[in-house]
Amino acid sequence: MRPLTLGRLLLRCGILVAILFVVVVIALKLGAVQVSLYGLGRDLIRVLLGQSSAISSDYGMIVVDIRLPRILLAVVVGASLSVAGASFQALLRNPLADPYVLGVSSGASVGSIIALLIANQLSFSPAFSGILTPLGASIGAGLAIAAVYFLGRREGRIDSSTLLLSGIIASSFLSAIVGFLLSTLSGGNLRGVTYWLMGSLSTLPPRSLLYLLGFGFLVAAGAIYTTAADLNLLLAGEKEAMHLGVDVHRVQIVVYVAASILTGLAVSVSGAIGYVGLLIPHAMRLIFGSDHRMLLPAAALGGAIALVIADTAARTVVAPSEVQVGAVTAVIGAPFFIYLLRRGLK
Amino acid sequence: MSSPLRTPVGADTPRSNPDVRLSVEQASYAYASNPAQAPLFTLEALSFQAKPGEILAILGPNASGKSTLLKLISGALEPLSGRVFLNGMATHSLSPKIRAQRIALVQQESQLLFPSRVWEFVMQGRHSHSHGLHFESQEDVTIASNALAQVGATHLTDRWMDKISGGEKQRVILARALAQQPLLLLLDEPTLHLDIGAQVDLLESLRKLAAQNRYTVVVVTHELNLAGEYADQVVLLQKGKCLRVGPPASVYQRDLLEQVFQAPLSVELTTSGRPRVTLFADK
Repeated sequence: MRPLTLGRLLLRCGILVAILFVVVVIALKLGAVQVSLYGLGRDLIRVLLGQSSAISSDYGMIVVDIRLPRILLAVVVGASLSVAGASFQALLRNPLADPYVLGVSSGASVGSIIALLIANQLSFSPAFSGILTPLGASIGAGLAIAAVYFLGRREGRIDSSTLLLSGIIASSFLSAIVGFLLSTLSGGNLRGVTYWLMGSLSTLPPRSLLYLLGFGFLVAAGAIYTTAADLNLLLAGEKEAMHLGVDVHRVQIVVYVAASILTGLAVSVSGAIGYVGLLIPHAMRLIFGSDHRMLLPAAALGGAIALVIADTAARTVVAPSEVQVGAVTAVIGAPFFIYLLRRGLK
Repeated sequence: MSSPLRTPVGADTPRSNPDVRLSVEQASYAYASNPAQAPLFTLEALSFQAKPGEILAILGPNASGKSTLLKLISGALEPLSGRVFLNGMATHSLSPKIRAQRIALVQQESQLLFPSRVWEFVMQGRHSHSHGLHFESQEDVTIASNALAQVGATHLTDRWMDKISGGEKQRVILARALAQQPLLLLLDEPTLHLDIGAQVDLLESLRKLAAQNRYTVVVVTHELNLAGEYADQVVLLQKGKCLRVGPPASVYQRDLLEQVFQAPLSVELTTSGRPRVTLFADK
């Protein structure tokens, strides 16, 4: 018997943080412009000390103002999607649940485009419009998961294949709505939005939105983490969890709202990047087991690591051009999904 | 014990008798597909009491209301009329956490989504006794190992739940219930998937546990002989009606059982004063 202790939890997270740090440094170094490790270290320390103005070198500019924000965006988006995936898997008791597969990301896309259209029509101040998009995306995500949940529920139970089918239907329905909405946009806007929809980290959102994203992640992921021990019991079924002392409805509402917010925030800045929420929680479960007290932070860090790697590949593999990061994750994630599906059907 | 959520009940409650732990008082329930229609199934008002250390068997054929009665006792359902009291408090009004500290339910085996170790499974029983992120204390580990030892499953501690036999699993589920350190132990058809040897083993250990730990044990079953041999009291149900409550020797009457179970049978008393039922094949 070796129950999880706080010490072991922190040690494992520490290892993952170290890996994330190494990956971030490598990602900073890679790109069209060559950067020496020494220069990189010097500039990073200057940034940390708040002396960004002291960086004079050209590549310092590239690293600090272009690559670093993009990598930090990948960290937060990857962590959000992965935690949302792990949460949906526990909430729906389905190992194949993922924001992208279930159509939640499409719901968030519709929500954020509607928010964008409203903001354009009513010409709000830029700061307010900035908040409106992630808000609309979160609401869209919440509505999509609610619809999929009720469509996938038969005789009070969530049936795995019905749930996935509902997700696919919701996804294609919502994509059609996205198509209609896009037709109302003008040329310049259209290209940006189309690119964003396929999942890309290449357009950096304004700094205020980045802060909101980071803050939103900490609050929503923190809220989910308070229910980590309850989620372990919820995996055995709602009735059983109740008899073991879990306030099932409270846990479900907290996780449902928080996971929708995480998906909404991620989609509003990066579009629908698929399979991170499916692949990473599974990999972490293989390594660390299915205890959510360990799984959730591991999924957050693992998701961050994975998306930084995927995005670095996206911008370097076909340099000087680049592919969408959503394409990279789908190329790796879709075969993995099929593998899980076949294994589950055996 | 923690403070009650609702004001404890007044003078008209079983408080008057401190020996009584579980008291079902004129409790009834009805299922309907919608409130406007006549109920599809009704459990008529029934009453009985059980003391610490007692084993009570709820006996009856399929669709007699056994599981409904168990849900009323566990507090999962609120009685339509009447009340179910555990130490003077209505089980339905307890919060999930307090309820899990006092009532443990052993159900037919649950489906696990992701595999877990036996000890992790037993540790789930400690959930209602912990706080915050629920990191298990040394005390939790001790209680969980004791629970496994009490059902004779110490050797399974590090095995995977999906790699052990049905009988072993039943023991582990029981161990999880013991780790809850409940006052009331409820078992729903615990012998369903067990062979005869394992059935006797399980009920022997239940009898020992009830005596040692002063649990009040309620077992739902349709195994006439196991209930006759091990129960202190039997509640006999048929089609939602409670026909008899009492010690097996007084409830087990040939005419009554033949009518309830729709099968020709004979009842004899063994030397220990326990009834034994023999079923005859249909002519």
